[in-house]
Amino acid sequence: MNRFNTHIIPVAFEYHEPRTIREALELLARWGEDAKILAGGTDLLVQMKMRRVEPKCLINIKGIPELDYIREGPTGVRIGAATRLRRLERSGAIKRLFPALHRAIRWMASVQVRNMATIGGNLCNASPAADTAPPLIVYGARVKLASVSGERTLPVEDFFTGPGQTAMRPGEMLTEIWIPRQPEVTGSAFIKVARTAMDLAKVNVAVALTLKGWSAFNVRIALGSVAPTPMRAREAEAALEGRPPTEDLLRRVGEIASEEIRPITDVRSTAEYRREVTKVIVADALREALGMVRVGGVA
Amino acid sequence: MRAGGGGIVVRFTLNGREVEVTTRPNATLLDLLRNELKILSVRRGCETGECGMCTVLVDGLPVRSCLMLAPQVDGRSVTTVEGVGDPERLHPVQEAFVEAGAVQCGFCTPAMVLTAKALLDRDPNPDERTVKEAILGVLCRCTGYAKIVRAVRLAAERVAGGVRE
Ligand SMILES: Cc1cc2nc3c(=O)[nH]c(=O)nc-3n(C[C@H](O)[C@H](O)[C@H](O)COP(=O)(O)OP(=O)(O)OC[C@H]3O[C@@H](n4cnc5c(N)ncnc54)[C@H](O)[C@@H]3O)c2cc1C
Ligand code: FES
Ligand code: FES
Repeated sequence: MNRFNTHIIPVAFEYHEPRTIREALELLARWGEDAKILAGGTDLLVQMKMRRVEPKCLINIKGIPELDYIREGPTGVRIGAATRLRRLERSGAIKRLFPALHRAIRWMASVQVRNMATIGGNLCNASPAADTAPPLIVYGARVKLASVSGERTLPVEDFFTGPGQTAMRPGEMLTEIWIPRQPEVTGSAFIKVARTAMDLAKVNVAVALTLKGWSAFNVRIALGSVAPTPMRAREAEAALEGRPPTEDLLRRVGEIASEEIRPITDVRSTAEYRREVTKVIVADALREALGMVRVGGVA
Repeated sequence: MRAGGGGIVVRFTLNGREVEVTTRPNATLLDLLRNELKILSVRRGCETGECGMCTVLVDGLPVRSCLMLAPQVDGRSVTTVEGVGDPERLHPVQEAFVEAGAVQCGFCTPAMVLTAKALLDRDPNPDERTVKEAILGVLCRCTGYAKIVRAVRLAAERVAGGVRE
């Protein structure tokens, strides 16, 4: 990767620091695809040094107070797109209500990077390995996209369309992430396999399920770094849905997930390893989520 | 603020002093500090956010200066290791680094000291795991980290008068 690093930012651009969402959207409307939003810059500046993107205009959204918040309400939690990961990691509400998301954030990059990086940037960068994506998908989170002509919302699951590609249209930006409260007796977990904590995942997985009597319901399993976008393992989910989560069944669910994914071989891992490790971590994550329900009730 | 491809004026507080520099919007904070302001304790390493050599404190928080644009510090406060004690009167963190022998080649030391200072400013009594987590983002190729962790805990003892086990 470093081979292509120019060690400078080899392009000139206009730089703007809007103070409101409205101003940012007007700039986006004016500049169209020549503009890039700058949030934490931890992905974007690296890409600019590598000449992978060469915007003519940068719109820094870090100075917009109305994009930086964590609000706990009756139906769920709303998070401003420019909220820093470090702030989310310190939020009691996130830790209590969405432990899989909390875990994912705590093990991303380093403290220094988490002081800069935002949750919106992690989603909009649309890396197949983005660590916040699988937890947000299993919790049924939605993103709010805004442009000068209005707003729309979309499930996080439908936001990613390919590596580095999202459903955002030119002129749109991500303003908010909404995560619904989970039903009582829900357990969830996140596991990441990487070379070091700083590294992007070879594979990451988040699961969530609700226990009724002895059986698992609302089973959701989402994986990253195993397909062109973060994905749900729907066949694996269906195999567990409505059934008692026995050891044999959990292992079987891991195997089904491992067949469902479409991994490639790249600098971080081989396709074969990704398939093998998926079997194990899907079952492990389900065990952890179940343990959480059995011990703590709501989680 | 607004600027074209040419010059841009950035005003900020550097180690407690007001500075005003004309630079380019596409200069990183690292470029600004090293090239314009000649602060060479801020090292140029990987330039991709991995090694932590370029760490500075912005409004008291450790960040990567290689991943920030110069205009992003307009109106803010930047601290480099020059703003942490001086040769006559070392900061307790610096004293502890000397005493614990936590310095070998010294390349990572400014970044380590800043990271440790920011940690202790917020959490004067960190456990070992918290110390390790804080310095995980700063790579040291010499010491093996044990002495650095010891130095940070020694500094904590001095500052707060105690450490947790
Ligand atoms: C050393 C290092 C380690 C890392 N480790 C991890 C890791 O473990 N896991 C992981 O998932 N990531 C990791 N990353 C990647 C990165 O830090 C995260 O993806 C981060 O969350 C990006 O957020 P940002 O605010 O810095 O985004 P930026 O770099 O500012 O933006 C990223 C992209 O999203 C666009 N964008 C940002 N915000 C918006 C918005 N509101 N609306 C529309 N578009 C927007 C930008 O235009 C750009 O294209 C690492 C990065 C580094 C440098
Ligand atoms: S030079 Fe900035 S992190 Fe390596
Ligand atoms: S002392 Fe040499 S890199 Fe840390």
